[in-house]
Amino acid sequence: MAAVGEPAPSFTLPDTEGTTWSPGDGSNATVVVFTCNHCPYALAWHDRLADAARDYAERGVRFLAINSNDADRYPRDSYQAMQRRVAGEDWPMPYLHDFTQEVARAYGARTTPDVFVLDAAGTLRYRGAPDSDYDDPSQRAAWLREALDAVLAGEAPRRAETEPVGCSIKWKR
Amino acid sequence: MSSDTARSEVTRPRVELRWWAGCPSTDRALSELREALNDLGMADIEVEMREIRSDAEAGEASFHGSPTVLIDGVDCVDASDEPTGLCCRVYRRRDGRIGPTPDPEDLRAALRLAAQRLERVG
Repeated sequence: MAAVGEPAPSFTLPDTEGTTWSPGDGSNATVVVFTCNHCPYALAWHDRLADAARDYAERGVRFLAINSNDADRYPRDSYQAMQRRVAGEDWPMPYLHDFTQEVARAYGARTTPDVFVLDAAGTLRYRGAPDSDYDDPSQRAAWLREALDAVLAGEAPRRAETEPVGCSIKWKR
Repeated sequence: MSSDTARSEVTRPRVELRWWAGCPSTDRALSELREALNDLGMADIEVEMREIRSDAEAGEASFHGSPTVLIDGVDCVDASDEPTGLCCRVYRRRDGRIGPTPDPEDLRAALRLAAQRLERVG
């Protein structure tokens, strides 16, 4: 399981168009967000995360959204449903499919959303919620932005871990 | 039982909150439900809690996600188009935001409607 201060697990996953992505690849930082289509917490935070992805793109930060949920029991999280969602919305980040759930397990992801910030060397620097309140858009993913600002400045985030809040990852049985 | 008490019970809707342990919204939903009951002078109504434990039970109970609030057996927000199952339910607030619990105004509207229906019957 990924621990703050330790190297984060690497992975290669396909997005909704079949292109494969990995953390790093020359980015100044990478944000890995476990999310999904059917969870109200993930949906409530989505726009804030998308705004952060747009805002930090010019600073060399790559956002990777990952859906690891069991699509057999939750068809709204199927690869096809992911493709339809991306086609119908304005996504500033690739939406990756973790069919085997190995990436979610490697990271120890617990909820949707669950946010991980990696520095340029691939070391995990933040893990937790985007901000303190899914119900308050004015929070603007403040904890994530705070962590990114620190990492981009070469510093350790003041708040390295927070409690992730959301729906449980839907593991295969 | 006095006739006033009997009438009061007849005009009190039955309120049930169905929940699933895998979703963290239950406490908030119960709090908002009790607040709505209190606002409408129904604070004495006991909220019946029912845990849904399996996909099979969710199907049998027409459970479209956690939390689900039933007023006299009627879902406070129509979800008939949604699949049943063990998941967190998505609610759309009246201001357009998405949230994990019903809009408190929707709760109040459903409670008012049920009370009015019972008044007519009683």
